[in-house]
Amino acid sequence: MPDSTTAHAETGHPPSPPAPEEAGRRRPPIRLARLRDFALVPAIIVIAIVGQIVSPIFLQSDNLINILQTMSEISLLVLAQTLVLVAGRMDLSLESTFGLAPGVAAWLTIAAGTGPGLGLLPGAWGIPVTLATGVLIGAVNALFIVRFGLNGFIVTLGMLIVLRGLLTGISGGQTFFNLPDSMTYLGSAMWLGVPASIWICLLLFAAGIVIMGFTRFGRALYAIGGNVDAAKAAGIRTDRVLWIVLISASLLAAIGGLLLTGRLASVAAAQGDGAIFTVFAAAVIGGVSLNGGKGTVFGAFTGILLLYMIQNVLTLAGVPAQWIQALNGAIILTALAISRLTGGKSQD
Amino acid sequence: MEEFAGGPASPPPTDDSGRIRTGPPVAEAERITKRYGETTALDAARITINPGETHALVGRNGAGKSTLVSILTGLQAPDEGEVRFAGSPAPRPADRDAWRERVACVYQKSTIIPELSVAENLYLNRHDRNRLGLVGWKGLWRKAADLLEAWSVDVDVRRPAGELGVEQRQFVEIARALSFGARFIILDEPTAQLDGAAISRLFDRMRAMREQGVTFLFISHHLQEIYEICDMVTVYRDARHILTAPVADLPQGELVAAMTGEAAGLRQHAVRPPVPQEAQVVLDVRGLSDGDVYQDVDLRVRAGEIVGLAGLGGSGKAELAETIVGLRAAKEGTLEVAGSRPRPGSVPESLAAGVGFVPRDRHHQGLVPLMSIADNATMTVPERLGQAGFVSGRRKDALAREMIGNLAIKTPGPELPVSGLSGGNQQKVVMARALASDPRLLVLITPTAGVDVRSKEFLLGKVEEIAGNGTGVVIASDELDDLRLCNRVLVMFHGRVVAELPAGWHDHEMVAAMEGVDLDA
Repeated sequence: MPDSTTAHAETGHPPSPPAPEEAGRRRPPIRLARLRDFALVPAIIVIAIVGQIVSPIFLQSDNLINILQTMSEISLLVLAQTLVLVAGRMDLSLESTFGLAPGVAAWLTIAAGTGPGLGLLPGAWGIPVTLATGVLIGAVNALFIVRFGLNGFIVTLGMLIVLRGLLTGISGGQTFFNLPDSMTYLGSAMWLGVPASIWICLLLFAAGIVIMGFTRFGRALYAIGGNVDAAKAAGIRTDRVLWIVLISASLLAAIGGLLLTGRLASVAAAQGDGAIFTVFAAAVIGGVSLNGGKGTVFGAFTGILLLYMIQNVLTLAGVPAQWIQALNGAIILTALAISRLTGGKSQD
Repeated sequence: MEEFAGGPASPPPTDDSGRIRTGPPVAEAERITKRYGETTALDAARITINPGETHALVGRNGAGKSTLVSILTGLQAPDEGEVRFAGSPAPRPADRDAWRERVACVYQKSTIIPELSVAENLYLNRHDRNRLGLVGWKGLWRKAADLLEAWSVDVDVRRPAGELGVEQRQFVEIARALSFGARFIILDEPTAQLDGAAISRLFDRMRAMREQGVTFLFISHHLQEIYEICDMVTVYRDARHILTAPVADLPQGELVAAMTGEAAGLRQHAVRPPVPQEAQVVLDVRGLSDGDVYQDVDLRVRAGEIVGLAGLGGSGKAELAETIVGLRAAKEGTLEVAGSRPRPGSVPESLAAGVGFVPRDRHHQGLVPLMSIADNATMTVPERLGQAGFVSGRRKDALAREMIGNLAIKTPGPELPVSGLSGGNQQKVVMARALASDPRLLVLITPTAGVDVRSKEFLLGKVEEIAGNGTGVVIASDELDDLRLCNRVLVMFHGRVVAELPAGWHDHEMVAAMEGVDLDA
């Protein structure tokens, strides 16, 4: 820790050296802010107990892996949205990117004649094209929002519709099958007996926690979301940071789409349709503020985990599939109400 | 952290202490002129701040103080003139780091990010990084704690900055400014939101920092504070430099005279005839208190009487006026409007009781800019526009036309959006809205802020006319012209009514009372 002292210290300090133990004395016993990150953990434990009572398979490793795998793709959208929300913006178009990015890759790589594919590129290009599409979409979002100063909500709402339309257009409303192996590998492979998509999801979340908590870039996001003028005054290049975060978010959405594509071995024209509501709900339940500057990646992870655990319990309890959607909405509202009550402050 | 190993607990002045009080001025501005369109904000103004002194800058609103601050901190470039720091020319405007090493300003408006910890606010974008390039939180906390410790600021650096009070937040901002290396700090009305005890703690802190070699430029409306803490004082008036003198050599009366100059007021108001004792009491306020904002206010306004509430920002006058109209609720005391007692904090009930209201900031509370004049002006009286919640466009326009004529609003018609009007005419629309309900009591907060002279005269004349028709009027303002037409003026200072001046007061009396100065002292 102190070995990291840099040049700022010289000009920064008046010449009086405080005794070292004086600085240590200030440490309070418990950090409330830290505990807030774990606010959903009790709820998760309760759901786990309820789930076990409902059905003894709930806590078996197969079922737990099943939960993690089904949520792994959409949780990357939650991660992406969390970064954007903390910086005080929002990106609705993520759900369309989630479908379009692998859709474009499939369109270009699937051999012509076997459906809507063009067969312009060899199969190995699948992943690079997916990621490049994600980056491109993020750059377009950033161009409108940061460069032209348009309202982010409207821009990304427009992008949501445009991108969804593009996917419908290139696929002719059909589903892409016969994907190249490169595109199905990540979503279907098993690493150490656990699906690769779970590893990737956990890895990216861990990276997110480190970046948001322990890098200047991450802290700049909090500063921009909290008070953009103060962030500028502190020398943060706010525009550049926003460009990076919007592009990263779209890239994460593309990766999420790639994982789902691999698991289902197809890209449907409606891939990701409607997912954005779950994404926002998970982020907000996990303590991320829609007004920016507040929330953690870990909190967002617990938010999406809680939602998927509840869904799994409902399925195990034999709730008819037709009712799941209504219950989903009700669960989201209930979870928001509960987090409002436990958080004490009004949701924002 | 090497430089903190061992050493005495009390800081020596500075390593190059020979410079203190002898070298070239810490900051110097010469022949600064700055224009914004037609208005001249600074006219060949100057200021010289010597090392180690605490220099006061005073002047009434619009004297050019804030323009000078933004030029001294490099946020704006002057049209003419030169700024020097320690004898050498100021850095380029784009070189923010160089500016930050020379001068720092603690503004009234906080530049703290409430969600982040104190430590992070101190070292935002300058976080220490460890070998992995990651932020080292423990090192950051330690460094922030050391910094605050060295300047004797007792704040837990890991608390979110939003939890700090105004006083602690200021100390944190001062410490942050010092951490950039600047030893010249501008404090822009630092005492405006502080109570007495906090002010004296701030002054103690400033004295201690002065011993450590920090130079202050102190901006305040409260003259007695200047006599308490400052060595030199510079007075600006109407964008010009008036005088610079050691505080000790300048009696308070002369300082006030320098600030006000020859009162170039509007037309002379005839002193209003006293209101007959039997006139109905339209506002009866007894023992009204709201925490630190204002305490124990008694106020009675009779029909036809104009009562002024004078005071500077933070004196509580605007908050008191807002309580009368129901925008705020008092914690203690009673408030009666024309015999009825509206529920505290309820604007609809206050309006129903007969209050008309011109809020303090027309852009914020007075107008919906994209709606038409007619919509804005009739917003308070929907019941007069039609039945069962429907609005008759014809009736609305007729009502609005009447108001436009009555208040001489310059517009082609009632359907124009108010955003297309000049400031003076916008303010007339706000006035029209307040008068639409034929109020028994009219409450105005800084009713002529940002309007041209002719509209100002017109609006004030209208207020007199309304009072002449038997409406009680309360004007909360620090503009002397607004207060001149009052039958009497209650002066507030730090939340208390400290004086009551009957009509016919002199400018310097009023200014001195608002500044909390006793001229006889």
